[in-house]
Formats: sequence, structure tokens, C-alpha cells
Amino acid sequence: MTVIQKKAVNPIAHLTAEDIETLGKELDAIRERVIASRGERDAAYIRKVISTQRKLEIGSRVVLLFSLFPPAWIVGTAGLSVAKILENMEIGHNVLHGQWDWMRDPKIHSTSWEWDHVAPADQWKQSHNELHHRFTNVVGKDNDLGYGIMRVDEDQPWHPAHLGQPLYNFLNACFFEYGIAAYDLDLGNKLKNGGHKDPEFRRRVRAVGRKIRRQFLKDYLLFPVLSGPSVLHTLAANFTANLVRNLWSHSVIMCGHFPEGVETFEKTSIEGETRGEWYVRQMLGSANISGSRLMHIMTGNLSFQIEHHLFPDLPSNRYQEIAPEVRALFDRYGLKYTTGSLPRQVFSAWRKVFRLALPNRRQPAPPVTPLDDSADHPTPALVAA
Amino acid sequence: MTATVPPPDTRSFRRRLWRLAETVTTPVLPSDYLDLVAPLRAGAELRGRIVAVHPETPDAATLVIQPGRSWRGHVPGQYVRLGVDVDGVRQWRAYSVTSAPGRRTDPISVTVKAIPDGVVSNHLVRRLRPGTIVQLDQARGDFVLPERAPSRVLFLTAGSGITPVAGMLRSGALAGSDVVLVHSAPTAADVVFGAELRGLAERGAIRLVERHTEVEGLLNVAELDTLVPDHLERQTWACGPLGLLDAAEEHWSARGHAARLHTERFRPTVITAGDGGTVTFTRSSVTVEAAGATPLLDAGENAGVLMPSGCRMGICFGCVLPLRQGAVRDLRNGQLTTALPGDGVRVQTCVSAAAGPCELEI
Ligand SMILES: Cc1cc2nc3c(=O)[nH]c(=O)nc-3n(C[C@H](O)[C@H](O)[C@H](O)COP(=O)(O)OP(=O)(O)OC[C@H]3O[C@@H](n4cnc5c(N)ncnc54)[C@H](O)[C@@H]3O)c2cc1C
Ligand code: FES
Repeated sequence: MTVIQKKAVNPIAHLTAEDIETLGKELDAIRERVIASRGERDAAYIRKVISTQRKLEIGSRVVLLFSLFPPAWIVGTAGLSVAKILENMEIGHNVLHGQWDWMRDPKIHSTSWEWDHVAPADQWKQSHNELHHRFTNVVGKDNDLGYGIMRVDEDQPWHPAHLGQPLYNFLNACFFEYGIAAYDLDLGNKLKNGGHKDPEFRRRVRAVGRKIRRQFLKDYLLFPVLSGPSVLHTLAANFTANLVRNLWSHSVIMCGHFPEGVETFEKTSIEGETRGEWYVRQMLGSANISGSRLMHIMTGNLSFQIEHHLFPDLPSNRYQEIAPEVRALFDRYGLKYTTGSLPRQVFSAWRKVFRLALPNRRQPAPPVTPLDDSADHPTPALVAA
Repeated sequence: MTATVPPPDTRSFRRRLWRLAETVTTPVLPSDYLDLVAPLRAGAELRGRIVAVHPETPDAATLVIQPGRSWRGHVPGQYVRLGVDVDGVRQWRAYSVTSAPGRRTDPISVTVKAIPDGVVSNHLVRRLRPGTIVQLDQARGDFVLPERAPSRVLFLTAGSGITPVAGMLRSGALAGSDVVLVHSAPTAADVVFGAELRGLAERGAIRLVERHTEVEGLLNVAELDTLVPDHLERQTWACGPLGLLDAAEEHWSARGHAARLHTERFRPTVITAGDGGTVTFTRSSVTVEAAGATPLLDAGENAGVLMPSGCRMGICFGCVLPLRQGAVRDLRNGQLTTALPGDGVRVQTCVSAAAGPCELEI
């Protein structure tokens, strides 16, 4: 991938400014329709997911009180892992996006929600909603492109430190929630530039510290101690559940913007960007994951990353419903809807992490990669003709 | 009361236990789990369970509600705020308690009249099912009888305005008083609690003057001179449409007896619309365009902001927020309030609309 403006074949060259604005209007219409039809069914959905998650979490933690017995350990750890994944992905991420604010239920609201994660909700909301979703895939602006530690785009300058990025990425996957907390704090930059003396930064660090302490107390002290003779087993189970949740969410999130086929953009391209252009950037800057309904729920419907990036605040249960319509728009406007199965997209993203650990080869990679999923779609040029 | 207050050492023990429970359930609260199984328990946020819905007239129904254990009881004439989810959206409205005060564990009732296009009233009257959990707030309001019931009383009501009065009549507080009720409704069949009121009149507990406006026309307050000649000497409680209340207030003050008239409005008298403008809810990072007639409360709620609210008509101050900058207009009197950047002028969002760009801190 290389910023769209420098590509040999610019994937949006066939669209006129007018096309882009019409496309934007069509997307606005989809959004309006969903907003007008939000109602009881959606509210019932999120309440059901939340109550299921809470029951699963309690159930698993109770089973783990007896984790000395291997079957209890396995069942409890599996249940707790799933509960933690649901809590972060389908519930936390989406509630914090304000997807359920329209219900005006103070218990399920972006301004009051706190999640099972070491990054405090308000800090995460700021870096995720205000920066990443606004500057999606703009090289030099969207720090999600490699989280500031990796090079995931040819147009990011190479540095010898990038040689270690497969290792960083693996460590980041294992301790993803800490990576996110550090990232939300902009820790690397702050330490480098002396910003760590800033009182606001210190306040934020203390907030993260408090959150980590509470999370630790619960997972690594209280529940193990409550388990009596199973103390070490519960400790290991909780560690495992956090690890599984981290690996899973890291994989899903990598699939959102890193796989081959996803486009990136130059800083200058967003100056004076219209609503239509913003939409196009979201369309080309995200990738979906195909799979079953259960898989979609477990990814927090981030398997519909494209739909999510177009409409970050629509209820997550609706992404799947509008996906066929959104995809039809891609086809009609000759744009590539990047999607693939989870293993394939994870592989694709990891391959890029490895490839870009090395400096660019002289010749840029050919635009069509073997992992391209658009074989059955008309090429942009044909549609435009 | 003393019996229910545990000795200090157990209290601090309980507090510590609760803190431990909070650490166990972090990042949510123990109550988030308890709510799954016992939403009405003591100590929970006040909620109620709908026990029954009894139709009263073609467009009114009484809801019998079992309040949660935190319910502190009510004084007849007071209202409760009810929060219900209509089409998935939490809506709060005020309703007068129509049941007589009983033990704090007794069910209470409210009586709702569906108004045309009314979001909540139609839902409550036509779609609410027994078993539903609703959000409640403690009873409040000062449309109540004095501690010692006056010897002569007039109730002047119309439509659903009978509800707070029904609570007073049922309480028995007026057993020794001379009570006249002048009540207006379109037809005899539309009189909420018609049979009960007529029964009271037959037993001589009250004198009932029913006015069926579809045939007899709207009541002119001046007619009270003949209907209830001593009405100015009576302590009077009036509740009904704005026109009736405005006329009554004028009548009583023109005759120099404004102090004897107590009124309860179900919605504010709106006289001036603002000019509208861009409203920013600063802490929620939400910005909307609001029309000049839209209360800031509605504008915020419609955009998903968690706005505090109460009576929604300018009496309880439950909706007050700091205006950080900009201009708003009071919908009741057209008064303009402005704030310069950094100010924190407190405005009632339920009766204020944007009059140009403005910023509210929430
Ligand atoms: C202190 C207090 C006590 C109340 N007690 C009762 C009670 O015991 N029983 C009861 O039925 N209602 C009572 N109300 C009124 C109630 O709170 C709601 O305003 C009413 O049910 C309408 O709500 P809605 O959602 O159906 O209408 P909305 O959807 O809010 O309004 C729909 C339309 O009707 C208009 N409108 C709003 N309120 C009224 C009204 N009261 N009469 C005529 N038009 C209106 C609005 O301007 C709007 O155009 C009380 C209000 C207050 C402030
Ligand atoms: S809500 Fe009661 S004064 Fe505004």
C-alpha cells in the first residue's frame, strides 16, 4: 500500500467531483434511514448482549473459584475470555462510540460507560473517536497506522528500529490493552519531547495508573484469593483470559486497516475535504472480515469495519444489515470493497508488518496483490467507461 | 426509623464489604449486576413495576405501579416522574399520584390521559404491559393541602387535571370539609373517575358540578359567581388546561383573592419563540441546530445528550445547566439571557430556546 495520490493507478481517478458528492448523498440517505428506524428492537439487542455478557462473566468467575479441577479451569477460562471479548468489542467499543446514546439510558451511554480495559474510557474516546476516525489512514495524522511504533505503509519513512517490528507487533498483541493505554497517552512522543512534565499529561498518567491498579486488584488478587486453594489456577486463568482477549482484539483491529488492498492518504489530501471525499476515504481506508453471525458479534461488528467507518455512531447490529447496500454502492462506483476471512486478513496484515520492517524495494509493489479480493468485481476503469 | 439504622460498627463493616464488592465488579458497579435480578431492591435507583393498567375512559388509563423499596411515599397532590422507554428511547414525564397515601410498600397509581400525538401518554395508555419496569423519581410538588384541611374547599379542574385532586379526595384528609368540585370534560363518558366522583357526590362527601363542554361549551370562570357563589371565600385548587388556569388567576387576582388560589400546570405557557441557533453541549461534544421554539432540553435529548430533567415545564429546576456562552430566550416570557465566554449563567433548559449560537456545559 502506498498513499493513493502516488499510486500508478489511482483507484478513484475515474470518479468526478460530482460523482463523489452523489455517492456521499447516497450514503447519507442510508444513514438517515437507519437513524429514523432505530427503536425497540435495537434497544432490546444491546440490553440482551449486556445481560448475557454479565451472566457469562459471573458464571465463569464462579466456576473458576474451583479452577483447581482442570475441567473447571478450562470452562471458566473459556467463558471468561469470551465475556471479556464481548465486553470490550461488541459492548465497550460501540457504547463508547455513542452508538447507543440515542436510547438516553444513562447506564448505556458514552459519557458514563467505563470498560474492562486499562485505558480509561475518556482517554480512549478522545484518541480513537476524535483522531483515528477523523483522520483515518492519513499518513502522518492517523497514529493508528502502526500505532506510532511500526511502519505499515510504504510512505512512512523507514528507520533501522523498524527491523524489530514483527517482535513489537507480537508483544503489542499480547499486551494490547497496555499498548492502547500508552498510545492514548501519546507516551512515546511525550517522553521524547519532554511533554511528560505537563500537568495534564501527569493527570492522565495517574488516571491510567488507577485504572491499572483496579484491574489488577480484581483479576490478579481478589478473585484468586477468593478461590482459596485454587488461587494460582485462578490467577493463571485470569491472565489467560486477558491474553486471549488481547490477542483477539489485536487481530481483529489489525484486519481493519492493515491488510493489502486498503488505501492510505496524504496529509494534503484532507485539506478542504468534502463530506463525499471523507466518505470515500473511509470506504477505501477500511477492510472487512467475512464470517458467521457469531464471529461478527465477537468482533464487535468490526468485521464490518467499512460500514463502521462510514457511520461510526450507528448501532453495531445494523452494520450487517446495511452491508449489502453499501457493497452495491462500491460496485456501482467502481470502488474496491476489501474483505476476506479472518485467517486470510490476519495473514495479510502480518505479511505487511514483516515486509515493511525492511526498507522499500526500489520498484514499488505491483498494485494488484495475490490477496486481492476484487477478482469478481469490475475494474474501476471499466465501470467508469 | 431507629430500628432500621444499624449500629455504627456494622455500618462501617457493610461499607467495607460494599467497597470490596466494587473492586470485584470493577469497572461496573455491584448494582449493575444486582439490577439484573432485583431491580426494585432497597438501595437501588428508584424504579417501579407496572402491576396493572386499568382503562378509565376511551383515552385515559390508570397505571398501578409497585415502587421499589427506596420509595419514600407521597403527599396527595404531588407528582412523580416516570421514565419509560418508548421505541427504545428513555422518556421522562410527570404524572400526579392518584392513589391515597398508604404504607411505603403499597402500590401507587397514576392516571394518564392520551393527548393527540403525545409520545409518552399514548404509549402508557395503549401499549404499556403489566410487568414492565419503569424508572421513577421520588414524589414532589407543592400542589398539596395544608396540614390542617381548610373547612371550605373548591376544586376547579378539567380533563386530566382531576388527577392531583383525586389523590386529595381519596386520602380522606377532607372528610370534615365542605368540598365543591367543578370539573369540565367533553362528555359524561370522558370524565376520568366519573363513577367514583358521582358516588362521592351521592354520599354527600362533595358537591359535584360537572360541565360537559361538548354540549354546554367551555366554562367561563365568571360563571362561578352563580355556580359556587362563595368560591372566593374557599381555598381553591385548580388544575387543567392553560386557558382555564390563566382565566382563573386573572379572576381571583382581580377580586383581590389571589392568595386563596393554588394552581398546577401540566405544561408551560409559551408566549415567545427564540430565534434558534447552533447549540453546543460542551462536555458531550455534541453540536446541533435548534429551532427557536425547541426547548434546549428537547434539542439535547434528541441528539442523545444525557440531559438532566424534571417537570419539563419550568417549575422544579431539575434541568438547570450552565450557559457557558451565547444567548437563550425564556419561552415563557421572551426574556433574553446572555453569557460571555467563561460565564456560567444557569438556565432552565426545559423552558429556554436558543437565541443565536450558545454553549451549554454538559
Ligand atoms: C406536574 C405535572 C403533573 C402532571 N400530571 C399529569 C397527570 O396526572 N395525568 C396526565 O395525563 N398528564 C399529566 N401531566 C402531563 C404529562 O407530564 C405529559 O406532559 C403528557 O402526558 C403529555 O406527554 P406526551 O409525551 O404524551 O406528549 P408530547 O409528545 O410531549 O407532546 C405532544 C404535543 O402535545 C402538546 N402537549 C404537551 N403536554 C400537553 C398537555 N398536558 N395537554 C395538552 N397538550 C399537551 C405538546 O405541546 C406537543 O405539541 C403532568 C405534567 C406536570 C408538569
Ligand atoms: S425540568 Fe423542571 S424546571 Fe426544567
